[in-house]
Amino acid sequence: MAAYRIDAADLSYTQLNQIIRARVAEGTKEIEIENVLGQRFIADGLKGDVRITIHGVPGGDLGMFMSGPTCIVHGNAEHAPGNTMDAGTIVIHGSAGDAVAHSMRGGKIFVRDDIGYRGGIHMKEYRSKRPCLVVGGSARAFLGEYMAGGLIIVLGLGTGPAISERGIGSGIHGGEIFVRGEVPPHLLGVGAKISPAGREEKERMAPLIGEFAGYFGLDGESLLSEEYVRIAPSSSRPFANKYVWE
Amino acid sequence: MCGIIGVIDRGRKEMDGSLIRRALSLMKERGSGEGAGYAVYGCYPEFKDCYALHVFFDDIHVTKGALDETLRRWGEIVHDEEIPTRDQPNLRRVHTPWRYFFRPDPKMMSWSTSPEDDIVTNLVMSVNTEKKGALIFSSGKNMGVFKASGWPEDVADFYRIQDYNGYLWLGHNRYPTNTPGWWGGAHPFNLLGWSVVHNGEITSYGTNQRYIQSFGYHCTMFTDTEVVAYLFDLLVRKHQLPEDLAMKALAPPFWDEIDRMEEKERELDTAIRLTYGPALMNGPFAIVVARPDMMLGITDRIKLRPLVAGENGKKLYISSEEAAIRRMDPEVGKVSMPRAGYPVIGRVES
Repeated sequence: MAAYRIDAADLSYTQLNQIIRARVAEGTKEIEIENVLGQRFIADGLKGDVRITIHGVPGGDLGMFMSGPTCIVHGNAEHAPGNTMDAGTIVIHGSAGDAVAHSMRGGKIFVRDDIGYRGGIHMKEYRSKRPCLVVGGSARAFLGEYMAGGLIIVLGLGTGPAISERGIGSGIHGGEIFVRGEVPPHLLGVGAKISPAGREEKERMAPLIGEFAGYFGLDGESLLSEEYVRIAPSSSRPFANKYVWE
Repeated sequence: MCGIIGVIDRGRKEMDGSLIRRALSLMKERGSGEGAGYAVYGCYPEFKDCYALHVFFDDIHVTKGALDETLRRWGEIVHDEEIPTRDQPNLRRVHTPWRYFFRPDPKMMSWSTSPEDDIVTNLVMSVNTEKKGALIFSSGKNMGVFKASGWPEDVADFYRIQDYNGYLWLGHNRYPTNTPGWWGGAHPFNLLGWSVVHNGEITSYGTNQRYIQSFGYHCTMFTDTEVVAYLFDLLVRKHQLPEDLAMKALAPPFWDEIDRMEEKERELDTAIRLTYGPALMNGPFAIVVARPDMMLGITDRIKLRPLVAGENGKKLYISSEEAAIRRMDPEVGKVSMPRAGYPVIGRVES
């Protein structure tokens, strides 16, 4: 079945989401949106197995609370794509702004290029729900801030290092961050510890790196064979003494 | 929240106000309809040597006479007129916007090294603190601020912003959070050539405000951004710090970063932090600052507000959102995110 096309040129986010919801309710599986520019909240709270292809620059909170659909963006995303996302996939052929995967609780986000500050802030997991964020380029300061669960991979395939700013895993108390190459210890946030990623860790990364490589035409095997470090909470309760007096 | 955008053409090619109006209205969700405004540089070529004083009068028949008299005491009113406006259904006309083209008499402050700037600064401070129904909200040469309480499109149409031309524009869509929205509290804030648009809050406002008060600047507009304009005037115009050092005073590197610097840089950064401690701006902010020869954007050093920059030929754009830049200029090249606490600067070519 051919994709249902929407021209978003003069549509507000409300009108755009009304069309998307109506089509999904009718059982449309493929939606293609042209001329997106700054419309926020696209596919928010949307359920189902629809695939939405977005051409342009979607506004903030793309796929917020989304549960199931796939969003593919050909362009850059603004702040917080995947905010509190529950399930599904977001693939961004470009960069994204601050707070990517903010409070994400399930599903996967793949960003080809760079992300801004506070990527993966407050990601969390529960039983089988384990959110994943894979970044091809670099991430800015406070990656994985207050992270409580889930998995982040930063590949640093751009011109500079994967991460060169402070506060990685600041306040982290769950989940794990993998970074290709080296990370100087002074960039780690409070409560985070760093160690080389071994074979067991690489097994966890393998399916995600393979999926990332598939979307963007890269060689997943050789990417996985490189050196990675793992950044994780320094203990099971790194802040037990900070906020709780027992 | 708030949405901000600025554009400078480094070759001084003029743009009319219709594009920045479109860009600002794209960021509708960043405002609440309680304040919007524009600053344009190069808009008064016929009076380019005069200070263009934009004034909000309360009851003009009662209040204007006193201001005329004050201005005549300090210089010459070359021309004055009501700023052309057109009523908008969603905008309540609270004040009468007026403009004076004013030439201060340097002999009145002959001891100063910059008597004309100082006369105008003093006039702005005294008129605005006296609160006699007149507020000078724009006081630069060959530039002007146009602002009111309302949505960006309504404020633009109220002032017919598309009729103005300039090589540098700022725009602001306000979402007031800590003080009520009013005409004077809309951005941009201006003093002499300085204009500022701001998203965020300056939680160090009390400290900053007391600090600049000791240099004769008085905050009168009930909102934190005003202090930023005065800090720039103090540090760059009065103390003559280069912009990058002034930025280090306002958004300095962390002490642990200073500790890791080479000795010379460490000494300089330490000296700036110690000298200008009360000028440090704390809290979440993204600002764009303009003066006739440059535009500068910077965020707080832990990046609590968004800011991106893009270029196309001689044009530099700085905004809260990439989409707003692309709305103004679909041909813009790569849009990048400046590092937190480090300025991105565009200068006009000399």
